[in-house]
Amino acid sequence: MIDSGPPVNAPANADIAEYAIRLGDDALILSQRLSEWSARSPQIEEDLALMNIALDLLGQARSLLAYGGSFSGRTEDELAYLREERQFTNLQLAEIDNGDFAVTMIRQLLFSSYQYELYRDLESSRDAQLAAIAAKAVKEVAYHVEHATTWVLRLGDGTAQSHDRTQAALELVWPFSHELFADDSLSRRIADLGVGPLPSVLHEAWLAAVRAVLEQATITVPEDNWKPSGGRSGLHTEGFGFLLAELQHLHRSHPGARW
Amino acid sequence: MSTPATPLWEVFVRPARGTNHVHVGSLHASDATLALQNARDLYTRRSEGVSIWVVPSVDITASSPEEKDAFFEPSADKPYRHPTFYSIPDGVEHL
Repeated sequence: MIDSGPPVNAPANADIAEYAIRLGDDALILSQRLSEWSARSPQIEEDLALMNIALDLLGQARSLLAYGGSFSGRTEDELAYLREERQFTNLQLAEIDNGDFAVTMIRQLLFSSYQYELYRDLESSRDAQLAAIAAKAVKEVAYHVEHATTWVLRLGDGTAQSHDRTQAALELVWPFSHELFADDSLSRRIADLGVGPLPSVLHEAWLAAVRAVLEQATITVPEDNWKPSGGRSGLHTEGFGFLLAELQHLHRSHPGARW
Repeated sequence: MSTPATPLWEVFVRPARGTNHVHVGSLHASDATLALQNARDLYTRRSEGVSIWVVPSVDITASSPEEKDAFFEPSADKPYRHPTFYSIPDGVEHL
């Protein structure tokens, strides 16, 4: 990656560092997935729109990973390129395959709406660095939500085919949304410190926002049954290894390679 | 792939407060909202603007290249249409 100065201060404790790396992993992995659309989007205009979003997420990932890593003396590059699959703590929603354009847009709607609620809360975090990162990122994410909303409305309420494919996309992606709001011991400690919200408290606002879009798009929210999880503890879906191989191969083949 | 049915839009960006919207290019989009979003992503990603207009290209009436001579040439040899053609008479102050 490109050089950036060291973060102002390292996180106050290991929990905050781990928390920052979690959020950084979400942004990094979704950025990588979105990048797969490069030169393959339905239109050249959309190609650039998706790459802008991917770059926004990469910028967030760099800030969060650089900050989280500074506690243990690891750089953003070491975290991104030199960890193994089980060491990544991103949500599975961020890593699932792009599928068709409807899957990508539904995933983006669910993820960006979650990130929006999260970052808005983090703006008032007791951790000054996380608050600053969130304050910058929340404007980017507001646009990501708007972009995904625009497309989901047009696909869902478009032709019979686009409606069916969008409905199928939601049914595929929806189960992965439960993990976004699952509390665990780290997130409880982070909430106790006043550093970040308990994931479960974000659920209500997220659901209301997402439901409003889906209903207007004439898409039915599926019933909650299968609830895959484990991303936060390093358990990932089958395609994740391939994603990491593409992300890491250059750096591992040419250690220390620089732009 | 983009179908030929996807309409073309002309994009105008105002680079700063107080300046004019300037034509910067065109793009494809199926409706005005998407055209505006695409314009934001294509033409203002390096902070080029503070305001964007999009106009359906079909709504623009343009002069034709074949009419160029009839349209523009007659004004080429009429320097007296420029104020600088005239010399200022003696005795005119404050001009």
